[in-house]
Amino acid sequence: MTPHKRIEVKKTYKLFINGAFPRSESGRVYEVLNAKDEFVANPCLASRKDLRDAVTAARAAQSGWAKATAYNRGQILYRIAEMLEGRAEQVALGLSAALGLTPLKARGIVTESIDRWVWYAGWSDKLSAIEGATNPVAGPYYNFTIPEPLGVVTIAAENSFLDFIDALAAAVVSGNSVVTLIDGGLAVPAMTFAEVLATSDLPAGVINILTGSLAELSPWAASHMDIDGFDISIIAKKNRAALKESGAENLKRFYEGGQSQSPARITAFMESKTVWHTIGI
Amino acid sequence: MTFEYAPSLESSSIVKIKPKYGHFINGSFVAGKKLFPTLNPATEEVLSQISLGNQSDIDKAVAAATKAYTKTWSKLSGKERGKYLYRIARILQERAREFAVLETLDNGKPIRETRDVDIPLVAAHFFYHAGWADKLDYAGLGKNPSAYGVAGQIIPWNFPLLMLAWKVAPALATGNTVVLKPAETTSLTALLFAEVCQQAELPDGVVNIVTGDGTTGAALVSHPGIQKIAFTGSTEVGKKIARAIAATDKKATLELGGKGANLVFEDSPIDETVEGIINGIFFNQGHVCCAGSRLIVQENIADELIRKLKNRMEKIRVGNPLDKNTDLGAINSREQLAKIRELSASGDAEGAERWSPQCNLSDKGYWFAPTLFTGVTQAHRIAQEEIFGPVLSVLTFRTPQEGIDKANNTPFGLSAGVWSEKGSRILWATQKLRAGVIWANTFNKFDPTSPFGGYKESGWGREGGRHGLAAYLKAGKRS
Repeated sequence: MTPHKRIEVKKTYKLFINGAFPRSESGRVYEVLNAKDEFVANPCLASRKDLRDAVTAARAAQSGWAKATAYNRGQILYRIAEMLEGRAEQVALGLSAALGLTPLKARGIVTESIDRWVWYAGWSDKLSAIEGATNPVAGPYYNFTIPEPLGVVTIAAENSFLDFIDALAAAVVSGNSVVTLIDGGLAVPAMTFAEVLATSDLPAGVINILTGSLAELSPWAASHMDIDGFDISIIAKKNRAALKESGAENLKRFYEGGQSQSPARITAFMESKTVWHTIGI
Repeated sequence: MTFEYAPSLESSSIVKIKPKYGHFINGSFVAGKKLFPTLNPATEEVLSQISLGNQSDIDKAVAAATKAYTKTWSKLSGKERGKYLYRIARILQERAREFAVLETLDNGKPIRETRDVDIPLVAAHFFYHAGWADKLDYAGLGKNPSAYGVAGQIIPWNFPLLMLAWKVAPALATGNTVVLKPAETTSLTALLFAEVCQQAELPDGVVNIVTGDGTTGAALVSHPGIQKIAFTGSTEVGKKIARAIAATDKKATLELGGKGANLVFEDSPIDETVEGIINGIFFNQGHVCCAGSRLIVQENIADELIRKLKNRMEKIRVGNPLDKNTDLGAINSREQLAKIRELSASGDAEGAERWSPQCNLSDKGYWFAPTLFTGVTQAHRIAQEEIFGPVLSVLTFRTPQEGIDKANNTPFGLSAGVWSEKGSRILWATQKLRAGVIWANTFNKFDPTSPFGGYKESGWGREGGRHGLAAYLKAGKRS
């Protein structure tokens, strides 16, 4: 008798909201195929309600994340790198299957992504030295300026895993919480990466990942009154105007720079706070 | 026994106001097609006739600024640009009293403030930014950061010349040229500043000033020749600008509205605190975007604080802005007075309790007595909306966290104040307050070295300090 070929246990792709992996409340999915048009996965097609849930989770988590010491945030980002190192193979397989990259190329991108987390991790306790100041005002006052996180930030990603990681790490290192919108096949490695986040000591809700259609999700995010910033670098230029127009309602900060491995991408989602205090006896 | 103050009037003979003014374009004054009057809000006397800028005026000004940028200003070294700014700073100091008197006549604010705050800060802003002009490589924006080109700048009426300085000084220091639109009711000091540019021999077209109203400003914002917009004004107009430029590559800094909280803890130095609250809300008639317009006081000291505050408010001298004894001048315009009255009436209607000291307000001009509302809840309009007048809303809190939550509970995030004798409590509170500028045991202090600007719906970007330069520069190569 010939033994049966083992049937592989395949993963159900879900969303990552508030540290948990729920399905879309809408029950919607979309199909990801590989280069040979073979089935790869059915990621969730997130709804507007899923987005609202993710923003609620992000808002609730944000002050605690911002209040964590910079040392602690740096260690947690480094921990993400450690966990990703352990899962590198699986993420690379996802990149190959869903985005058609050669195994070598896919592995290279994951390696670079791990190093990118390490690079951003080191920024957490240096931002104040670079972006802050003590200001020599003409009077008996002690006056200083410090950078602070903006709040809840949305990033959009599609096609490039490394750019997704760069935008995400830049937004989160300063103390923002993030709602990530992922389109297309990138959902496959991104949701594996969500499992990295779930095991990396990152508090629940600090990073939330929604998969679906950017054409659907971006306008909802742009007009959401409790989202403070939006990284739209990967959105086609012709589609940005409508987002910026609806984001004006709460004077959302839009970042279009797309710089990778840059402190400018971090500070794009930071505010400067200036404090005066009298000097005297 | 009461002490009366004899009037101590500053002479207005130092200023010569022309019967009418044109726009300042390409180094000279150009007559506008339509004129409108500018008034002294303390007397309603017409001071002069100002030109109402139209699309064609904006076109000419932008053309002049573009030419000046490409032909002269962008070719000049930072060192030489800086020397022009130093010249301007020095001339402003020389003519400081003239500017102070003119500002008081046109705006209605007390001479004590224009003389001691506005105009000295104006000169300081030019002096500070002059020094940056040849040091931009050290501004944290990489090697050789570059100017945008032509900056369109729109300023409000509450600090007319100071807002001009906040806008023009960094723009010129970083190598941009400027088209500036002053506020409709307060153009005179900007037009006098044009003369300073002439005296400083600033190259033609580097600074252009087009006077007018909202339509003039809208024409400037939408002009394709502008690369950068700097606006100070209401959050409503700020959002309109953000929408108007959404489909363009224009960059914008927006300094918008506020509903500043003055947070007073039970251990605050009470007499000092009372002075700080007075300065926070009655400085400049409360026409201050960062005014401490909400007093949020710990419940167990509220009665004593309010009693002392009322006592102090009775000593505020409201009257002729040119009188050196005057604390509270005129409201800037009939429209603004109507807005203050409307919002105050909503306070009455919604159940807050209004109190004002006895004041003899003149029949002529626009006046509003210093006003205190107690029993204000967070849902009241006077706790949420910017009144932009001498009206203080008082709320109370029990626990420190409740105080912070109330302070942060508006869509704005421009300023806040903290009053306490305990250092650790002050630092705790300043960490938790979501505002761009926080004054601890003081209020309403400004300095060119100190970045200013808001969180949330109070705006985009900072003005002043190294941070303010980023608004006018494209990053250079990473060093």
